[in-house]
Parts: sequence; C-alpha cells; structure tokens
Amino acid sequence: MPGDIAVCIKQVPHPDCLAKLSLDAARGTVNREGVPAVINPVDRNAVEASLRLREKLRNRVIALTMGPPAARKALEDALAMGADYAVHLCDRAFAGADTLATARALAGGIRSTGGIALIICGNTTIDSGTGQVAAQLAEMLDFPCVTDIEEIMPEDGASLLVKRAWEQGDIRVRVRLPAVLAVNAKINQPRLPNVLDIMAARQKEIKEWCAADAKVEAGCVGLAGSPTQFWQAGEFHARRQGEILRGSPDEMVAAAVDKLKKLELI
Amino acid sequence: MKNTHQVWVWIEHHKDVINVGSLGLLGKARELAQQLGGGNVAAVLAGTDSPQITEELFSYGADDIYLADDKSISLFDSESCAGFVAGLAREHKPEIMLWGATSLGKEIAARAAVKLDTGLTAHCIALDIVEIDNVTQLAASVSGWGGNAIIRIICPQKRPQMATVKAGIFPPARFEKRQGGIIRVKAAQSPARIEVIEVITAPERADAPEQAEVVVAGGWGMSSLGGLEQAAELAKLLGGSLGGTRPSVDAGWISHDKMIGQSGVSISPRLLITLGVSGAAQFTSTVQSSKFIMAIDKNPDAPIFEMADLGIIGDLPEILPRLIEKIKAVKDKK
Repeated sequence: MPGDIAVCIKQVPHPDCLAKLSLDAARGTVNREGVPAVINPVDRNAVEASLRLREKLRNRVIALTMGPPAARKALEDALAMGADYAVHLCDRAFAGADTLATARALAGGIRSTGGIALIICGNTTIDSGTGQVAAQLAEMLDFPCVTDIEEIMPEDGASLLVKRAWEQGDIRVRVRLPAVLAVNAKINQPRLPNVLDIMAARQKEIKEWCAADAKVEAGCVGLAGSPTQFWQAGEFHARRQGEILRGSPDEMVAAAVDKLKKLELI
Repeated sequence: MKNTHQVWVWIEHHKDVINVGSLGLLGKARELAQQLGGGNVAAVLAGTDSPQITEELFSYGADDIYLADDKSISLFDSESCAGFVAGLAREHKPEIMLWGATSLGKEIAARAAVKLDTGLTAHCIALDIVEIDNVTQLAASVSGWGGNAIIRIICPQKRPQMATVKAGIFPPARFEKRQGGIIRVKAAQSPARIEVIEVITAPERADAPEQAEVVVAGGWGMSSLGGLEQAAELAKLLGGSLGGTRPSVDAGWISHDKMIGQSGVSISPRLLITLGVSGAAQFTSTVQSSKFIMAIDKNPDAPIFEMADLGIIGDLPEILPRLIEKIKAVKDKK
C-alpha cells in the first residue's frame, strides 16, 4: 500500500467519571476540572488496527488529534502503543468545534501531513458520541468511508476487504484506497504498552500544529466554523404523574395487576 | 408543489420493509411542519420504487415522495445516496431534514451535511420548533455527558437544519392519506469506490425490545434475583421482550443487542416494566415514549419513580414471583 496510515484519536473524560462532569449551563461547556482524561476507548482499537495493518503493509502510522495542550497525553499513549509519530492540532481557534468544524481541522491536518492512504478512526466517542466525524472527514477529502467495522483484511494494496456491522447483520465490503474507516470495539484487543514501549515513545516526534500549520482558516474551525450551536441546557426531566403503591407485597401486586387489567395492558 | 416550508425525512428500508424509525420520523415531521406554520412533509427514497413502500410512506405522514429514478442506487453506498439528497436539497431548499440514527443513515447524513455545508445534530431525543432572535428554528435536544443533562442545539444560520434520531424515540403513527405525489428525480451513482460483496442478514430478532409491544427491562437491582429466570418468565408471560440497562449488560445478564439506553436501543412499547432499574437519564431518555411505565425497585428515592405511571417500592425477590402468579391468574381466566 503506497502511503501512510493516519489514526485519528480523541481525548475524553474517563468513562467512569462521565456522571461527575458538571455543566456550565450559561456557556454550554463542560467543567472537566478534576476529571481524569484518557484516549477514547474505541480509538485504542483504531490504533491497534493501524499497527496490525502496518505489520503487513510496512507503512508508517501517524497518530492525529485535535485538542487542548493536555490532549498531548493521548498522543503519547498512541506512540507508546507503537505509532511512528504524531500530529497535535492545537490552537485556541479549534476550541468549541462541532463535528463539521472538527472534521475540517482534521482534514487540514491530513492534507498537510501528506501521503496518507488510509485513515482509521474509532466509531464513536464516549463523550459526545455523534459518530459523524469519520464520514464527514471522508467527504471533505473525497474519500470513500465505511463505519462500524469489525474486520479489516488487506488485499492487493489498492483496496481493503472489510466487514461492517449494521442493525440487521453484517456487510462485507471492498473499499478502494485512499479511504476512511471507522472501527468498533469488536475488531481487536488493543495492546498494552510496557515500560520499554513508553520509554521508546519519548524519542518519537509530536508535531504541534496551529490552524495556519494545518492550512485551515481560523474562521472555518472551532466555534466560529460550527454551524450548530449550543442553545440551552438543563437537567433531564421526564416526569409523569404516577401512582406509587403502598402496602404489603401482596397488596401492592394485587393493586398493580388490577390497574394493568383495567387499562387493558395485560 | 406549493411554496411552503418543507420537512424531509430520509427513508431507510431493506427487503421492502421500511425502518420503523423512518416511519416515526414522518409523523414527527408532520408536527414540525405544522409548527412552522403549515408545511409539506416529503419522504426521500432511493433504491426502490415498490408501491408497497410508497403507499406506506403516504399513510405514515408523507405528503410527497422524492424518488431516485435510478433504482440501482444502493442504500449501502453512502456517497451516491448523499449526492442524491444534497442535489435535491439544493434545488428545493427544505427547512429541516431528519434521518434515522442507524449505522448506514448516519453515514449518509454526515456526508450530506458536508456537501450542504450545514449542521447535523446526532441522536436527538426531542425536536421542537422555537423562536430565537425572531428566527423560527429547530431546537434539537440531545442528552449529554453521561445522560444527566439535556442539551438543546440549534443551527441558526445554515439550512437545512439536520438531525438524526434513533428508532423508538418517535413511534410511528398512521395519518389520513394525503393527496400526495411521487416526484421522480434524476440521480446519478458516484464512481464506485465501495463494492458490496455480501450482505449477511442476521436472523430476525423476534423479541427485539425496540419492536416489542411489551418490554421488561432489568437493571442492576436484578442482582437480588440470583438469576434471570423470573424476569424472562414475566416477559414471556406478557408476550414481550426482555432487555436491560447498561449495568445489566455489563454484568452479562442481558445481551448487548438488547441494551436499552443511549448506547443501545430506544424503545416506545405500550407497556414497560422495569425491574431494579434506578433510572439514570442514560436509560430514561430513551424510554420516555413508552405509553405506560411500571417500575419496581427497592429504593424509594430512585429517579425511575418520577417517570413511572405506576410504582412498586419493594424487593424484587418478594414482588416478582407474586406478580407473575397474579398475571398468570388473570391470563388463565381469559
């Protein structure tokens, strides 16, 4: 396969801490203070899938992220897993991006990196969870895109065979390169780097690029470039004027079944 | 076509069956069109011209159907589908476009949003027409950050305003048939860069929670039962489906495809009975369209009771066997 593999990752709040995130209702932003951040779990599967392809195809794996300075840690983790070098799209102009503006920044990063034949993403993130960025990135680069992938088999270098999941089963697809693939967690078991891997990763390069480096106009990315906007936030309420039964188990069950019967629900 | 606001719905279908989420969106689109001050609902259809499908679209709320004339466009080809929709939208300028948040639908919607340079809000749990700064627009509610918050998202400047919605959020409703028309549209296939080799359709899941009339949903509190038998028995007795919350899936009691919640399926059954579900918004936001909710949990402060129509506060091992016995008695009398 002529060309490198770019793996797009995102740093997210630790899954166990999602409930602890508090909301700044006025600005519509999340208060992440004190919440540990990790690589989005399925993005580790994306890194693993990239590394396994590299073993067969002998190309380089470049880890790419857009995020605040702290997101560098996610790239360090990808380098420790085995990525060759990393690109960190880091600029205040990128902040507050919706999926379209995020995809624009990533597309800029991919174009400026050059020589990318394959882009692998995780299927969805645990924080915003839209699952839209991979397809939007593909559209911007004019690449084909397949999401929800559970298996990747290299073919002749010009195409890949993949198995994708959908609601009604699986689909086996041949996709021509260059392409964008989004993988789900079933595809592999991500490797855990050991101490030597982590030390070796310190020698690897992390390029830090601002909007101008990625050749994207500041007005097209971040909050300014996002067609969707936060309007309001609130706690989730779905109250019903329900009846809470009291009494012994026998009494409560009898009353419940009577009611279900009366409403012709049973 | 009249010069009115247009609300469009992308129609997903497979083997002459329309996705239940697409049908539900047609009904929702009617509501939105009305709130826009009178509008037209159009179904956008590719890959089939089966009269059975078009008839059904009219009876579930479509005024018109835009039909891709090239039947060979496959719904698995997101590039061609997005090209078809985007071309159509540039010409007719719909206000709003709705998509099922399915594996394939999301891909097409995401690509179309780029082509149309507009906003796409994912996995909405409510859609409302609101007026902000004298602009009548769509407010799309999503649940955020672990499901504890509702976030309302708008797309003030770009059109169409686009949103994806999971099946089950808006249950399908039949409408009186309208004087609709089928508008055939020229559609071109994109150069094939993706070749579908094989479509493996999993055996029909007869007991899928998102399609069941009655759902029994287990939560972490089921651990007190020491097994699934009774919950399964209750579901079977009611001719329903047994699903569960994320904790019950993580515990290995419920299979992943029956997970109810934001990372699983959304449901809107006639009757939902929850067993030991505490009621995190992650779960409740996806069951709010259920007609009747009966909750059983031992914790009187569990948020599930706030959204239940009927609540029993008690230990599952005490309540469930009695409930099964009583319902059996009712069924036997019939």
